[in-house]
Amino acid sequence: MTNYDIVIVGGGPAGLAAAVSARNAGVEKILILERDKELGGILNQCIHNGFGLHTFKEELTGPEYAYRFIEKVLDAKIEYKLNTMVMDISEDRVVTAMSREDGMYQIKAGAVILAMGCRERPRGALNIPGYRPAGIFSAGTAQRLVNIEGYMPGREVVILGSGDIGLIMARRMTLEGAKVKVVAELMPYSGGLKRNIVQCLDDFGIPLKLSHTVVDIEGKEHLTAVTIAEVDNHGKPIPGTEERYTCDTLLLSCGLIPENELSRNAGVEMSPITSGPVVNESLETNIPGVFACGNVLHVHDLVDYVSEEADRAGKNAAKFIKGELSESSSNEIEIVATEGARYTVPSTIDVDRMDDKLTVRFRVGAVFKDSYVSVYFDDERVMHNKKRIMAPGEMEQVILLKDKLAEKPGLKKITVKIENE
Amino acid sequence: MEKRELTCIGCPMGCQITVELENGEVASVTGNTCGIGDKYARNEVTHPERTVTSTAVILGGDKPRVSVKTASNIPKDKIDAVMKEIDAAVMHAPIHIGDVVVKDVCGTGVDVIATRNVEAV
Repeated sequence: MTNYDIVIVGGGPAGLAAAVSARNAGVEKILILERDKELGGILNQCIHNGFGLHTFKEELTGPEYAYRFIEKVLDAKIEYKLNTMVMDISEDRVVTAMSREDGMYQIKAGAVILAMGCRERPRGALNIPGYRPAGIFSAGTAQRLVNIEGYMPGREVVILGSGDIGLIMARRMTLEGAKVKVVAELMPYSGGLKRNIVQCLDDFGIPLKLSHTVVDIEGKEHLTAVTIAEVDNHGKPIPGTEERYTCDTLLLSCGLIPENELSRNAGVEMSPITSGPVVNESLETNIPGVFACGNVLHVHDLVDYVSEEADRAGKNAAKFIKGELSESSSNEIEIVATEGARYTVPSTIDVDRMDDKLTVRFRVGAVFKDSYVSVYFDDERVMHNKKRIMAPGEMEQVILLKDKLAEKPGLKKITVKIENE
Repeated sequence: MEKRELTCIGCPMGCQITVELENGEVASVTGNTCGIGDKYARNEVTHPERTVTSTAVILGGDKPRVSVKTASNIPKDKIDAVMKEIDAAVMHAPIHIGDVVVKDVCGTGVDVIATRNVEAV
């Protein structure tokens, strides 16, 4: 069994930034394990622009953004293994990995950083009735086929779900000569960015039908048609609103789910809301020395925030292996998300272990206009920030200061909620 | 008087903006709730621009396609023409981020450049 100070599972944006930050913190033996044949993760197939406005103050494409970090990993001579699948992580941080080249092997890690990213919600999780022909893809699969492999999945397209990947693919398929007939969204609002609705749909005259879903799929060998219908307030199709579209391709863009099989098997405590690990202020899971960052922790809207979060995970993992991360004390403060706020990351704070400033990220459960993000220390309201608009598709944040928390010894609970006034 | 309806992309509010044009000049902008919307609407009706991103064929490389972008915005009505020139391009590995794939695409004065590295094999 070989030994590494830090093993990072996943070589996408989170894993790369975590590796760079751990190296900058002075950690020598770092190993990134990546399943794909190259570093960069999903950014490699996100060839559109709009990445990195916060981090680099310019609009990069996905591959360019990834390469900024890949370059740093290469320059720092951080070790990585490609085509390598991690099979298991044990509670005492033994990582079992496998590759064609090296077979199955085990690594004893001083600390582990989980950076596996997320997966798209598949058809099987959507309960769409009808046949199961060829021609139904997740939007991300189609993105990979078109942008990396150079194949067109089809010529006449219907898209279910208005997440950003679906919108981006509507434009991409159109530019490559396909006819995108309609985008149907179950919810009464789109989960995608306004910019994408305008530049990916409106620019090309592609209709977006809110409160609509797919009620039938036709075609035995290959997809031939899809029927969509309007849904009522309970998501139930309204009879008589059906519209049939002939098509050879159905793309699904219906949400992302953190990929946590490894975490679960390792005994990491999971949040039922985010489907990601429950972490403390150090982005450490319930298993000491196991950290998480990026989309495996909670699905992010912007990669810039992934890089920022991964930077913190890398720093904290470095502290852990150097013995600088004090034992978690028993007076952890719980952060509760309620009344409009769905969850927070992190879920607990140990004031002794936190930095001077801590960014707490969360998402709202519905669209809120002219509302307030409020933070309570026990029953006292300490923050009340007006926001013109908050939407489920965008991450929100509040910043907690160590000074302020230190003034409240005995504080048990911090509550984040959305208030009308 | 010509009227144009737009959705602002400045933030998730997505204000519905109405622009009134007189002889191609902006006469009024209404429906926006901040300055970002006003600026967006004026640009969008007078000279709408977009960055085009796509992929080009590459031969002899470790990948079958190289991703590309217009180095800056191009006029929106040139998107189709730009796509045709990108589709006609055939590159040879190696190619690196920033290398020119199509020079002065469609006479826009903007180059199409590679956005990832493809090494020769």
